[in-house]
Amino acid sequence: MTDSVPVPGSVSVADSVSASASDPGDVPGSGVPVMGPPGPDGRFGDFGGRFVPESLVPACMELEEAFAAAWADPSYREELGAVLRDYGGRPTPVTECRRLSEELGVRVLLKREDLVHAGSHKLNNVVGQALLTRRMGKRRLVAETGAGQHGVAAATAAALFGLECTVYMGELDTERQELNVFRMELLGAEVRPVRAGSRTLKDAVNEALRDWVATVDHTHYCIGSVMGPHPFPYMVRELQRVVGDEAREQCRALLGGDDPDVVVACVGGGSNAAGTFAGFAPTRARLVGVEAAGGAAASDGIPGVLHGMRSLILQDEAGQILEAESVSAGLDYPGIGPEHAHLAASGRARYEKATDAEALDAFGLLARTEGILPALEPAHALAWVVREAGRAVPTGATVLVTLSGRGDKDVAQVRELLAAGRDTGRDDR
Amino acid sequence: MIALEPWLRARRDEGRKLLVPYLMGGMSDDWVESLQAVVAAGADAVEVGIPFSDPLMDGPVIQRAGAHALDRGATPARVIDDVASAELAVPVAAMTYYNIVFRMGHRRMARSLRAAGIGAAIVPDLPLEELDPWAAEADAAEVATVLLVAPSTPQPRVARICARSRGFVYAVARMGVTGERESLGSESADVVERIRQVTDAPVCVGVGVSTPAQARAACAAADGVVVGSALVRRLLEGGGPDAAAELVGELRAALDES
Repeated sequence: MTDSVPVPGSVSVADSVSASASDPGDVPGSGVPVMGPPGPDGRFGDFGGRFVPESLVPACMELEEAFAAAWADPSYREELGAVLRDYGGRPTPVTECRRLSEELGVRVLLKREDLVHAGSHKLNNVVGQALLTRRMGKRRLVAETGAGQHGVAAATAAALFGLECTVYMGELDTERQELNVFRMELLGAEVRPVRAGSRTLKDAVNEALRDWVATVDHTHYCIGSVMGPHPFPYMVRELQRVVGDEAREQCRALLGGDDPDVVVACVGGGSNAAGTFAGFAPTRARLVGVEAAGGAAASDGIPGVLHGMRSLILQDEAGQILEAESVSAGLDYPGIGPEHAHLAASGRARYEKATDAEALDAFGLLARTEGILPALEPAHALAWVVREAGRAVPTGATVLVTLSGRGDKDVAQVRELLAAGRDTGRDDR
Repeated sequence: MIALEPWLRARRDEGRKLLVPYLMGGMSDDWVESLQAVVAAGADAVEVGIPFSDPLMDGPVIQRAGAHALDRGATPARVIDDVASAELAVPVAAMTYYNIVFRMGHRRMARSLRAAGIGAAIVPDLPLEELDPWAAEADAAEVATVLLVAPSTPQPRVARICARSRGFVYAVARMGVTGERESLGSESADVVERIRQVTDAPVCVGVGVSTPAQARAACAAADGVVVGSALVRRLLEGGGPDAAAELVGELRAALDES
């Protein structure tokens, strides 16, 4: 592990972005920066790359150049920062959970991405990509969504910047998240239900990519997580690192200059976790990603190629992709962002699982002890803390959990599950 | 095994337009008979899909055929064995997605194809930059890796792709996924023209070529066509080997008139 990594002083966003091989975030002895830029072929260690049809290769190259230019351009960064501040409500606070901490015997801090406009961390990403879309002279966004959080965020950004927006959503998810479909439509987006395959997030990604192949001259694929072909995983992580960079400074203010002992975030594709981890990779904090037990690609997946990236993927022995199954539509994804696969392989982060039942319990616990309804996705991160308090998280330790979104979207579903008295626990597999 | 490129070159040089029908492996009980029927009806080579759960480059018809094949228990090994048993008189190209190749292993896949008499492979989500590990094993097994050129491909890249493509060069007729379209689209001739500038290898147009008229129009510039969705749709609708042979016969006649 990397407990001996030296703790750098306060690092600004700009400094962190230009992380080089001499960055203090290096894994000791490896010479490779932790969460620096990927290699020239878009690789994070053995993972990443650009496995897309030839039709899309030029668009990925154009995007790579456009993002590099924008990210190095102070005017882009200023505009992004101003929109996230004046429109999005950043910075979001870190909240000390007094009653929950007392109950668990560990000190729990929450990074409150549930307070971002539109209800989740997804806005950080879509504002960045919408600004980039405008820079590239394109007029339309296409997006995939699982729980609907990213779809709502993309529709929000499209409305804000006057872009057309089409959101692909698995038919099963449109049923589970009916209200979010209506939200997207209110925001002016067109929602197209996807009836292929498992009718969930992975199929929505397929369909969004198929749309993009045909419309790439005027459309940007506003991907929702740290996945897909290079440069998407890198770009989305950079756009989400504001979560980790803010949280690190806020934790240091709260903890007398110290960092939390453990930093925890839920992982579907893994964008809120990547953004959070990017801020804490150079610190002594243990990094823990929590997956839904029914879709735990980091724990149960094997190397493969899906949606343009080489990563850890749930698949059968012939290479057919398996269907993830979780109470949380946002974690129903059979893969994981390639950088997470790399962080798992290098040992810098660990990936754990929480069951549907544990997540539901944590959802209720946070509501009762702190007056906060978390989205079901980060309820998995909380569930791991609840389960491991006094075990993997020693009594008295300080834990930061990224509360990636608010639970309003899940209230109807939680009511049904609780009313049905359904045993939603699944065997870890 | 019949090597693809010399075979196609020889036929082209005789003035014949090349017809390459596509079938999804394992999509029905009689799919091997359909394969044999399209060869008898005038195919110059055949492309056989090895089904993948998440076929990014394919439209609804081929998606449905692939899902159907998987539901019926199709596996890469079984499809490859079926092709071997068909003892076809023309070259065969396997078309699949990279995860299938990656999972089986580059060497094992290349050798399995070769052993089954499948002399070529098309892996549409394996672009030039990611090609080497597979291509090294494919070359060693004398399996030709056919590469695609898209309307969006810049010209210097067209040259690099054509230099690395084996068997033929696959000209993607339009930006989009496979499927039948009302018209061929204007980009097709331009892509073929740009390929011609850098190679004398056979050039076949695919993606959206479905009718005899479209095939003939595409062959005004190209050496041949790949026809998938139109054929696969007939089979999905319950037409067996006879229906497959009928469409291929119509396509053959249209190309021979041109």
